[in-house]
Amino acid sequence: MGLYVIRRLLSAIPTLFLIVTISFFLIRVAPGGPFDLERPLEAKVMENLRKIYQLDQPLWYQYWLYLSALMRGDLGPSFYFRDFTIGELFARGLPISMRLGFTALLLAVVVGGTLGVIAAFRQNQPTDYAVVGLATFGITVPTFVVAPILQIVFGLTLSWFPVGGWNDGAVRNTVLPILTLALPQVAVVARMTRAAMIEVLRSNHVRTLRANGLPLPVIVRHALRGAALPVVSYLGPAAAALLTGSVVVETIFGIPGIGRYFVEGALNRDYTLVMGTVIVIAIFVLVFNLLVDLVYALIDPRVRYE
Amino acid sequence: MSAEAPILSLRALDVRFRTTDGELRAVRGVSLDVAPGETLAIVGESGSGKSQTMMAVMGLLASNGFATGSVKVAGEEILGLSPRELNRFRGSRLGMIFQEPMTSLDPLYRIGDQISEPLRAHGKMSKGAARARALELLTLVGIPRPQERLDSYPHELSGGQRQRVMIAMALANRPEVLIADEPTTALDVTIQAQILELLADLKRRFGMAIVFITHDLGIVRRFADRVVVMKGGEIVETGATAEVFSQPREAYTRMLLAAEPTGRKEPPPNDSPPVIEARDVRVTFQLRKGFFGGQSSELKAVDGVDLLLRRGGTTGVVGESGSGKSTLGRAILRLTPAAGSVRYEDRDLMPLGRDGMRPLRKQLQLVFQDPFGSLSPRMTVGEIITEGLLVHEPGVTRSERDRRAAQALEEVSLDPSARNRFPHEFSGGQRQRIAIARAMILKPRLVVLDEPTSALDRSVQKDIVDLLRRLQRQYDLSYLFISHDLSVVRALSDEILVMKSGKVVERGTTEQIFADPQEPYTKALMAAAFLSAQAIE
Repeated sequence: MGLYVIRRLLSAIPTLFLIVTISFFLIRVAPGGPFDLERPLEAKVMENLRKIYQLDQPLWYQYWLYLSALMRGDLGPSFYFRDFTIGELFARGLPISMRLGFTALLLAVVVGGTLGVIAAFRQNQPTDYAVVGLATFGITVPTFVVAPILQIVFGLTLSWFPVGGWNDGAVRNTVLPILTLALPQVAVVARMTRAAMIEVLRSNHVRTLRANGLPLPVIVRHALRGAALPVVSYLGPAAAALLTGSVVVETIFGIPGIGRYFVEGALNRDYTLVMGTVIVIAIFVLVFNLLVDLVYALIDPRVRYE
Repeated sequence: MSAEAPILSLRALDVRFRTTDGELRAVRGVSLDVAPGETLAIVGESGSGKSQTMMAVMGLLASNGFATGSVKVAGEEILGLSPRELNRFRGSRLGMIFQEPMTSLDPLYRIGDQISEPLRAHGKMSKGAARARALELLTLVGIPRPQERLDSYPHELSGGQRQRVMIAMALANRPEVLIADEPTTALDVTIQAQILELLADLKRRFGMAIVFITHDLGIVRRFADRVVVMKGGEIVETGATAEVFSQPREAYTRMLLAAEPTGRKEPPPNDSPPVIEARDVRVTFQLRKGFFGGQSSELKAVDGVDLLLRRGGTTGVVGESGSGKSTLGRAILRLTPAAGSVRYEDRDLMPLGRDGMRPLRKQLQLVFQDPFGSLSPRMTVGEIITEGLLVHEPGVTRSERDRRAAQALEEVSLDPSARNRFPHEFSGGQRQRIAIARAMILKPRLVVLDEPTSALDRSVQKDIVDLLRRLQRQYDLSYLFISHDLSVVRALSDEILVMKSGKVVERGTTEQIFADPQEPYTKALMAAAFLSAQAIE
């Protein structure tokens, strides 16, 4: 198992390299550059800027420079957020995004999982319809609609929570963004758990439990473990997405996370910022997919890694 | 026996299912008694309601099903009890084992834990005591190395071993009634015999009553004290086993009894030209080749098999699952990579690639075991049957195709109007006829029949066997008939190959093999398949 993890981590290196290479050249293909403004800069100024950031060098050489800096753990300076390196931007923003995302993920598993189990045991009864209805609502209504509604109801009308702002991470400030982030995930997890549970409850081995007169808690325990498999495989990529922040939620609630960097970086042709975001997301995806596979092996003895 | 109060008593039991097409009545007014310690067999074909009757007793009907009437265990009414109250009976006084040993255990839990659960739930045993008892039970049901097996997972056990574990679980709390729903149907014949032997032995030791649900009359004849014959949800006949077998009163029972495939096939003349001549056929599978090149091992699925099949002849290939018999069929049709030589008439098939084989495919057809999985559910029967014509005879007009489809359906005794309907509207036997029509429309020379009757009821098997023999005579076909069912093989084959672990362990004419099997393996197969006949004669 340990050997397997090492092998998986090693095989992540070529994957990352490929991702870095493709995105490096892809963003350069996009027209325009980091210093293009509405009113063009003077030619001399532009030339100096390009020299400072080594944009005057041939592309392959810039690629080489980027790679060698990356090897040293240096993601380079931001072209847009002057005076900041990409590393500094992430050091500030990533913990914030991760805190929101992690809490939302926890809610999704606990609340969504519980709702799904209850619905499966009450299939085609009012409770089930209520859960399915809620889940459909959570999946179909976009966050940019949910967020303002929460702001109006709980921020302006009831004044329970602030409408926005980070306030150094005060718990009050995190409630509404976490709810917004969590709602669609709760919905998806509830639906998946429900579907998986229903299937397991119909399976032959649960029939065996019933035939042997085993009480409900035992049946739930068996069914949960079987139903966890598809949910776990969904949670891997979902966790990677949640922990790296959400543009919409962070923008609406004015939260200094990293969710908006990807879009802003792309719009501003902030090459290093785009690259940094891509690398961070890629690492999260790779790590969480590995975690999913390991958890899978823990749950299912038929899965073996050598 | 009749003087004793019944341990299980059903009165006017009805089972209905709510479906989108309205209510379906699967069991109609069934009344029966099971005396303590007796073995009662419930027989009938698929759809006769025999399983649903006992599912209703155990409270295991699907969620859209419900039962009315009365079910009493030692005089106590259990129908309509809540699951919690019912659990006082299930797994303690009533035990049940099922047809599907492969899927009836939770793949995620250890064997020992699964056997312990009913002990801990009903007997309030401690974890340690339950484990010790689980070990006893595993020993009792004859699992080799029971101590190790406690910590095994179901996937590490064979089908027969899993069924033994199921029996251990069902017997954990010494039930007074054991309900066995087709417990051997999914197992190989030699394993079937072992499981039946085990059940008989356990019954002798513990004296519980057994309700045996089965379509296999051999099992009934050998094990049951009494028989209940069901048809269309109703009991049509009931009586002592010997009586029902010697003097069946109902036409349906007589039909069931007569349903064993009978008759023999006329061998082709000795000068009949060879159709397939295969020498030293080998198929090897690479097992587990790691991403980074880890060790790989080989499985010799077919290991040096020779075969000669003449025009109008049938070679039966028998063996248990994993013996390589299906793979051999595929290798001869060049559907799986193989070594050795295969000659079809005057051509060597081995050097031919995919394109080289295509013109020959028309003459070399294949019929599969699973009549449910092998027909596309989204095509009409007519489209399914004529699909091969589109490829092999592209010049044929639409109306000509339609005419040939109608003709092919008539040939397999189906109504030609069937071609405008979809596969799900047909029964298993009818679907197998459709699959045969699909092969026959191309006027093949050789048909590989891979267990074409195994998924079918006995009476339907008999019809399919008759149909295959008729088509063979009519068109001078050659069959490679792959099966584990020796009674069907006997009715169809001139020559038999017995395969085990990829090798042919015995070969001979059908008479030779059946009259005087040489190899112990062949004898075991025979004994297992015909234990019924021997027991009665």
